[in-house]
Amino acid sequence: MSVTYREKAQVLDESALDRALTRIAHEIVEQAGGVDDVALVGIKTRGVTLGQRIAAKIAAIEGKKPAVGALDITLYRDDLRLKAEQPVVRGTEVPFPIKGRTVVLVDDVLFTGRTIRAALDALMDLGRPRVIRLAVLVDRGHRELPIRPDYIGKNLPTSRRETVAVLLREHDGMDRVVIQEPSEEGEPQPKGEASQHGKSPRAERGSEG
Amino acid sequence: MTWKRKDLLSMQDLEAGEIRDVLDTAESMKEIATREIKKVPTLRGKTVVNLFYEASTRTRTSFEIAGKWLSADVINFSASGSSAEKGESLLDTAKNIEAMSPDVVVVRHKAAGAPAMLARNLRCAVVNAGDGAHEHPTQALLDLLTIREKKGHLEGLNVTIVGDVAHSRVARSDIHGMRKMGMTVTVAGPPTLIPAACQELGVKVSYRLEEAIAHADVIMMLRLQHERMTAGFIPSLREYSRVWGLSLDRLKHCRSDVLIMHPGPVNRGVELSPEVADGPYSVILDQVTNGVAVRMAVLYLLAGSKGA
Repeated sequence: MSVTYREKAQVLDESALDRALTRIAHEIVEQAGGVDDVALVGIKTRGVTLGQRIAAKIAAIEGKKPAVGALDITLYRDDLRLKAEQPVVRGTEVPFPIKGRTVVLVDDVLFTGRTIRAALDALMDLGRPRVIRLAVLVDRGHRELPIRPDYIGKNLPTSRRETVAVLLREHDGMDRVVIQEPSEEGEPQPKGEASQHGKSPRAERGSEG
Repeated sequence: MTWKRKDLLSMQDLEAGEIRDVLDTAESMKEIATREIKKVPTLRGKTVVNLFYEASTRTRTSFEIAGKWLSADVINFSASGSSAEKGESLLDTAKNIEAMSPDVVVVRHKAAGAPAMLARNLRCAVVNAGDGAHEHPTQALLDLLTIREKKGHLEGLNVTIVGDVAHSRVARSDIHGMRKMGMTVTVAGPPTLIPAACQELGVKVSYRLEEAIAHADVIMMLRLQHERMTAGFIPSLREYSRVWGLSLDRLKHCRSDVLIMHPGPVNRGVELSPEVADGPYSVILDQVTNGVAVRMAVLYLLAGSKGA
């Protein structure tokens, strides 16, 4: 059952997306009181790209670039049994100790919170950070778990049947965030990937987050 | 991801894309071995039964570690000290084990086709961990992973498999896997240990070691399988070692970036001299490390299939 999505509205353009990341970078530095023990850990795939961009912005502010890691949460998902075939394992790369540090988890879209739940478990298995904070480019609501982001690029009220696509230059050739809706009237959103993550099938290819 | 199979029975069955999926998944799994806490919750609540009717250290331990790192419950069953000694048939034993609802059964048996027979009769996933002289697919997969890791690619590489090809399930699985990945395979050994039908698998045959290894990117030395040899295949161990053993001296004629592999257990001083087995070209222990990653990948892929 494949549902096609069409664009309903653009939420962020290139410069708005950039400004949102700049603000998040400032907020991270302000709250941490520096960058010395800050590490950014992005959730694959687009969370990693966003983490790298935020790190570059922090470097521009503070003159020092925080470490950036990549987390693959596939092995920690709670829906492995529900899928027809196993999702691709892409590997975690966090080549620095996170023990005692301020770790900022970075993801593109916060939806049900299940990805973040898995990411927290994955992170804890790598060590014991002093504090974990959460930065997301878009918070679209509909939480199923008690999870709350610390840094938000854009609060975006959505309906459940819509999806939010984050397109990034590095993966999609452009920077923009759009809301999409199913193109057939009244067609239900497919269970699984799309409802889990609230992203378009297009964005989903590159991102298990 | 193209994996749709209920069981992993042979390399002959697999397509290149499926082999690539297992290798890619295994590569991602390797990171877990570097952690302080080597465990992920992926297969929590799943049960893996190791059903081993033949001796094994590496393979059984490797499957056990792989299962445990993925949080599966792993139960070991070996033929000695079990109902098999009381005369229970393989199928009866397997049916009894199935009645305890395992998700994956890993089988090693001396009879070729035993895992395939179980796969037809059991609802759970079945992994062939070696059946007679037929196949040993996870060994071939870990060999391919090791070669890809060291060489950066597989296609176009020359591999020479040396020794007891006739009794080797590893050679058979390797040949199928390597041919599918676009590699050129040469087998070399005394004529008594090279099956006549070898060429049908698309390999070159050589009866001279120097000639066979001169252009090899990878040399796979096989163990002389005393336990499967009835009699008369070789004049003596000493002569075999002199003619077919890989020594430092022989290595001089090889490429400077050659990889020396061995599926283990090594008969030191027979097929491999200790200097070569422990030398800089040897990736024998990398093979063992990669074995765990490959088995994690296989358990992960199978436990998600509909059969499990």
